[in-house]
Amino acid sequence: MYDERLPGLRRRGFLAATSGAAALALVGCSGGTDDQAQSTSGTPKRGGRLRAAFAGGGASETLDPHLANLFADVARAKALYDKLADYGADLSAQPRLAEKWEPNKTLDRWQVTLRQATFHDGRPVTARDVLYSYRRIADPEQAFRAKASLEPVDLDASRATGERTVEFVLKRPTAEFPNVLAAFGAYIVPENATGTDFDKKPVGSGPFRFVSFAPGRSAVFRRNDDYWEGAPHLDEIEFVVANEESARVNALLGGQIEYAHELNPTTARAHEAGGQIEIVRLRNSAMQAFCMKTDRAPFDDKRVREAFFLIADRQELLDGALSGAGEVGNDLFGKGYEYYAAGLPQREQDLDRARALLKKAGAENLRVTLDTSAVAAGFTEAAGIFRDQAAKAGVTIDVKVGSKDSYWSDILDNGTLCCYRSGAMPIEAHLSQRLLTDSTTNATKWRHKDFDALYQQAQSTRDKTERAAVYERMQRRLYTEGGFLIWGFADWIIGTTKRVKGVETKAPANTLDWARFDKVWLA
Amino acid sequence: MTTQLGGSAAKGRGAVSKCGSAAGRDQPRRRSTRKTAYRDTASGRSFVARRLLLGGAQTLAVVLLVFALTEALPGDAAVALAGDQPDPARIAAIREAMDLDRPAPERLADWAAGMLHGDFGTSLTSGRPVTQYITDAFGPTLLLAALTLALLVPLGFGLGVLAARHEGRLVDRLVSSVTLAVYAVPEFALGVLLVTVLALKLAWLPPTAVGYGTELLGHPAALVLPVLVLLARPVCSLSRLVRAGMVDALASPYAAHARRYGVPGARVRYAHALPNALAPAVQQLARTVDWLLCGVIVVEALFVIPGLGTVLLNAVAERDVPVVQGLAVVFGVLTVLLNLGADLVAYRLTPRAGVAA
Repeated sequence: MYDERLPGLRRRGFLAATSGAAALALVGCSGGTDDQAQSTSGTPKRGGRLRAAFAGGGASETLDPHLANLFADVARAKALYDKLADYGADLSAQPRLAEKWEPNKTLDRWQVTLRQATFHDGRPVTARDVLYSYRRIADPEQAFRAKASLEPVDLDASRATGERTVEFVLKRPTAEFPNVLAAFGAYIVPENATGTDFDKKPVGSGPFRFVSFAPGRSAVFRRNDDYWEGAPHLDEIEFVVANEESARVNALLGGQIEYAHELNPTTARAHEAGGQIEIVRLRNSAMQAFCMKTDRAPFDDKRVREAFFLIADRQELLDGALSGAGEVGNDLFGKGYEYYAAGLPQREQDLDRARALLKKAGAENLRVTLDTSAVAAGFTEAAGIFRDQAAKAGVTIDVKVGSKDSYWSDILDNGTLCCYRSGAMPIEAHLSQRLLTDSTTNATKWRHKDFDALYQQAQSTRDKTERAAVYERMQRRLYTEGGFLIWGFADWIIGTTKRVKGVETKAPANTLDWARFDKVWLA
Repeated sequence: MTTQLGGSAAKGRGAVSKCGSAAGRDQPRRRSTRKTAYRDTASGRSFVARRLLLGGAQTLAVVLLVFALTEALPGDAAVALAGDQPDPARIAAIREAMDLDRPAPERLADWAAGMLHGDFGTSLTSGRPVTQYITDAFGPTLLLAALTLALLVPLGFGLGVLAARHEGRLVDRLVSSVTLAVYAVPEFALGVLLVTVLALKLAWLPPTAVGYGTELLGHPAALVLPVLVLLARPVCSLSRLVRAGMVDALASPYAAHARRYGVPGARVRYAHALPNALAPAVQQLARTVDWLLCGVIVVEALFVIPGLGTVLLNAVAERDVPVVQGLAVVFGVLTVLLNLGADLVAYRLTPRAGVAA
C-alpha cells in the first residue's frame, strides 16, 4: 500500500521533462493543435475553487519554500512564490522574476534585472530580497536542498547594484548560470522572513495568497489579483493530501476533487476511454536506468558495460515495469531536452554481440548482484525482467531488494549494479551532479579528468552552438562507455475532471507549467 | 509491523486471563455475601495496583524496544530526508542540525528526561512538538473508534444472542455463515468493494474524506464507509464469541438445573448464561478498541483520514524517532489501561473465574 506513494519521488525535488519538447516549440508557435485541445478549448472563465490532490509528507509538511522536497511542497511553493527563472518544457531556463540576465565576457559575473513585482503584502520585490533568499538557502548551518545548486555563486561578493538589479559574482565561469536561478527550491522570499513565518503567514510574490494550512491535510490559497503575470482565473485553490493512489482516483471519480496528481498507468488505461475523467500524460518525464559502478569489477571493463547495454530489451522493460507508459531510452539522459544528442542510433538488444564482448572481457558465466527496492514504481519489476534478459546472455543476476527509506544513500557507494531513476533536470545539471570527479552523487563512479575538462570547457563557452558541440562530445562518450544503462523515460500521469481546462500537457514534472494553477480554469 | 509493537507486548497478560475456563463456567452464579464482597474489593485494589505497576513496566519495555528497533532500521532521519540526493556532506549537515551525531543512549536519556516532565520532545523532520502531532491525529482516530464501538456493541451482542437463541436453526445458520464470510474478507478488499459500489456506482456516499481533515464531524456521510469497514470484522468475531459462550452456558448443568426449578427461560438466558458469555467478549472488545485506537492504517489510507496510523507510518518512513517514541508511549499506555479495564469488567461478571494477574 505504501509503495504507491513512491517515497523516492516524493522525497526528491522532482524534475521531469518531455521528449516532445522540440515538437512543443513548433506547436506553440502555430498556436495550438489537437494535442493542446484541453488548454485551448473555449475562453477561460473566471471563478471557482479547484481542489487538487497530491501525495504528501503528512504532519511534517511545511510551507517554507526552501524546504520543499515533495511534489506537494513544490506545487504549493510555486502557487505562493516565484523563482528568478524556471524550466521550460525543454528544461531551458525561462525568465520569471528576473526580467533579463547578462553575463560579462568571461561568464563569471552576471547582471540580473528584476521585473516589477510585489509581494502579497504590497512591498516590491527587490535585489535585497533576492540576496536574502539566496543567502538563507546557502547558510552553512542549514541543509537546504538548493544549497548545492547555488554552489557556483560567491554570495559574499555578490551585491545589489540597484533597487532591481543584482550582480552575481561566480566562483568560476558558468555559461548555464540561468539554470542556477531556476534551481529546485530557489524561491524568492521577502527579506528577513524566518522559519516560523512560513507556516503561519507566508508572504510571497506568487499567483496565489495564503488563506490556511493544516500540515498533511489541506492548504487553501486565493487569487492574487496583483500578480505580475496577470491574476489567476480561479478564485481559490485547495491542495489536499491523499497518499494512496486509489484514494486520489476515487476522490476524483466521486467529484470530491478536480485534479489528481500522480496516477498509475493501469488507472490511466482504465479511464482514458471511459470519458468520466481526463487523463493527462506528461510524456518522458522520469528517466529509468540501471547504474553500473565503473570503478570496480566487473564494470571497470568497458566491454562488460557495452555488453550490458546490448542485453537490455528496452521495450520489454517498458511494457513490463511501466505498463508501457513511457518511451524507450538510448542510454542518454534528457531525451527531448535542450542539448540532447538525438542523432545517435537507437540501441537494440543484441545477445550474440553481448556474449562475444563478455567472452573477450573474460567475463563468461558472470554473476552480478542487482540492488533494487520498492522505492519507485517499477523498480523491482524492472530488476526481475532484466535478470531474465541477462540469463539469455549467460549472465546470472541476483536481485537484492533493499530498504526503500535509505535506498539512495545505500546504493551511492555500495554494490556494483542498481536500479536508478531521475526526474527531469537540465542535461548540464545531470552532468555536474552525477558525472564529474567531484560530483556529490556520482553513483556510476564516473571519474575522468578529460571529461571534467570538457565540462569546464562547455561552461566557459559563450556561444551556444559551440557549447552544444561540447555537450554532444560528452554524451557520445557516455553513450559508448558510460555507466548509466538508461532504458526508458516514464510518463507522469495526471487525472482531472472534465470541467478543468487549461492544464498544460507538455510540462514535465517540476518544470514551470507542471502543477501550475494560475492558468487553469473551471468550465 | 511497528503498529503491533504497542499492542502485543503489553497485551499478553490480559489476553491470557482464564475468565472463560470450563471450571468457572460450570458453577452456578450466586449472589456473594457482604463479607466476600469486602474481600473482593481489597484484593481488587491490590490487583489493580499490581497490574498498573506491571503495565508501567510493560510500557517502558515497549518504548525501549521501539527505540532499539528504530535505531536498528537502515538509515536515519537524515538519510530519509536526503532522499535521492544522498550527498554525504548534505547528510552530515542534516544529521548535525538534527543532533543525530550524538550517541543513541545520550539521545534516549535526553528524551526520557523530557518525558518525566511530560515533554514529548520535537519532531526531527519538522521541529514541531510531538504532542501536536499526537493531539492533531487523535481527534479523527478517536471519532472513528467511538462511532465504531457505539455500533459494534449492540450489533455484536445482538447478533450473538440471536444466533444462540436459535441454535442450530435457520437464523443461527444464517448469522453464522454470513459472519464467517464477512470475516474472511480482508479490510482493504472490503473497503475497495464498498467504495466502488456505494460511492462510485450508486453515488450514495462520498468515496473518501479527503480534505475534511479536522472537521470530519461536519461531514458525517464521509464517515459511513470507513466505519462500515472497521465494523465488519469485529462484529463477526464478537458475535461468534457471544454465541459460542451462550450456547455453552445454556447447555451447562447449572442452566439445566435452573430450568428444572422453573426459572423462566429469559432469566436463565440473560441473567445466568449471558454473563458467562460476556467475559471473553469483553476481552475481545478491549482488543478491538486497542486496535481501533492504535492505528487502523489501511482504513486511514484508503479513506484519507489523517489519524494516528498515518502519523505512525510517516514517522517510521522518515525515521522521526521522537514521534515514533511518543506514539509508542501513547499506544503502550492505552493498551495497558484497556486490558486492565477489560479484566476488571470480566472479573465483575464472573468473580469465581478468578481473573488473576
